[in-house]
Amino acid sequence: MINKIMTADEAVAGVQDGMTIMVGGFLATGSPEVLMDALVRKGVKHLTVIGNDGGLHTGQPAQFGGKTPRGIGKLLENHMVDHLIASHIGVNPLINEQIAEGTLRYTLVPQGTLAEKIRAAAYGLGGILTPTGVGTPMETELDELGRKKKVVEIEGKKYLFEMPLHADYAFIRPSVADKFGNYYCAKATKNFNYVMAGAADHTIIAPEKIVEIGEIDPDYFAVAGVLVDTIVEGEKKWQI
Amino acid sequence: MADLKVRIAKRCAKEFKDGEFANLGIGLPTMVADYIPDDVMVTFHSENGFAGIDAVVENEEDVDVDIINSGGTYVSAVPRVKYFDTAESFGLVRGGHVRATVLGAMQVAENGDLANWIVPGKKVAGMGGAMDLCAGCPEVIIVMLHTQKGAHKILKKCTLPLTAERCVSKIITEMGVMEVTDDGIVVTELHPDYTKEDIQAATGCELKFSPDLKPMEEE
Repeated sequence: MINKIMTADEAVAGVQDGMTIMVGGFLATGSPEVLMDALVRKGVKHLTVIGNDGGLHTGQPAQFGGKTPRGIGKLLENHMVDHLIASHIGVNPLINEQIAEGTLRYTLVPQGTLAEKIRAAAYGLGGILTPTGVGTPMETELDELGRKKKVVEIEGKKYLFEMPLHADYAFIRPSVADKFGNYYCAKATKNFNYVMAGAADHTIIAPEKIVEIGEIDPDYFAVAGVLVDTIVEGEKKWQI
Repeated sequence: MADLKVRIAKRCAKEFKDGEFANLGIGLPTMVADYIPDDVMVTFHSENGFAGIDAVVENEEDVDVDIINSGGTYVSAVPRVKYFDTAESFGLVRGGHVRATVLGAMQVAENGDLANWIVPGKKVAGMGGAMDLCAGCPEVIIVMLHTQKGAHKILKKCTLPLTAERCVSKIITEMGVMEVTDDGIVVTELHPDYTKEDIQAATGCELKFSPDLKPMEEE
C-alpha cells in the first residue's frame, strides 16, 4: 500500500522560491506548525502565501501571549513572504511593518469570498458569484493576479465574479487523520483546513493524531484521504 | 462614556427574539450579549467557525486551545454549539440564515451605506468577515456613539470606502434609535436626555421623527 507518511523536511523538499502556498488556520489556530518550521529550515524565499491572516507574532494573542511566532507568522518573521493574500492583516504587526518597508505586498479578499475562491479551485468551478463587496473597493480593485473583476447582474441583483484561487502546495492541520489521509479538524480549528485540500498541486497534512486505517468510524472524517498526498508526524496540541 | 455604551448595549439586547441566530462584532457589539434576558435564547455566530459562542475564558487552566473567537481570544461554547469550516460559516451568512449582525461604524449614510473597515492612508487591517456579514445578513444593526468627538458619523453620503451598500437597517446610539427607510432615517426612540434639536444637530443628514416617537428605554 502507498505510504504517505514522510518527515516534515521531506514533505517541503519540493517547495521552491517564488511558489504559491496556502496555509490553514485562523490567527494560527489550526495552522500546521511542524510544516511552517520545516519551511523556515529550508529557507525558501519570495513566497506567495494564501491564508486567512498573517498568523501571530511573538507575545500574541494578548490574552495568554505566546513565546514564539505561530503559523504564517513564522514565515513573515523570516522574511519569506513577498505577497500575502488574506482577509485580515491587522493583528500581526510584522505585516504592516513589511508593507511599509516595501518588502511585502498584499491582496485583501473578504473572508467568505476567500473560502469560496479556494473551494472553486478544489472543486473545478470556473469562479463564483458573490454579493459580498458589491459597491465597495472590492469591485474596482484588481484581484490577486492583477485582473479586473466583473460585476454580473442576475434577476436585478448585482454579484462580483471571483476567480478560483489555486496554489502549488496546501499545508493543513487536521486534529485526527488515518494513515490514508482521511481527516477531520476539531472545533474551531476547521476554518480553511477543509477547503484547501485539493486546491493545490500538493496537499500536505500534519495531524495532531494519526490513527490506523479502520481504527475510527469513517463517518467522523470530513475530508477524503484521496485528496491528501503527504502525511507528516509530530504536530502537537498548542501549549499556552 | 462607559455608561453610554452600556445604555446602547442594553437597548440593542431588546432586538432579539427567542431562538434566533445572530452575529456580534467585536467591542461594543460584544457587550450586547451580556444584556439578553435569561428567557431569550439567542445562538451567536462566531464567523471563524461555530454557532454557539459563549464567553471569554478568563483563566488559563480553563482554556481549550481549539476554541477562539474571531479576534483570536480563547472563548467557550454553549452545549448546543455546532462547529463548521469557513465555507459553511459564510454560506450561513450570505444565505441570510444569520438573521442580524450588530456592528460598529465609522460612517453610516442616510440610504444605509456603511463604512467601517478602512481609513485611506492609515494602517491597513482588512475587512475580515465584515463585508460578507453586511452583504448577507437580513438585518445590519449599528451600535455606536452618535458622533466621533463631535464629528458627524451619520451622514448624507459616506466619504470613506464602503463595507457594503444600503445594508444598515437600524442605528442605536446614546441619543436614540433610528430606522433606515426608503425615505431616509427615522428616529423612533429619543433618549430623555436629548431634544429633537440635539439629535438633529449631532447628525449630518436630515432626520425624520416617527409619529409615535417613544422615549429610549434605559431598562
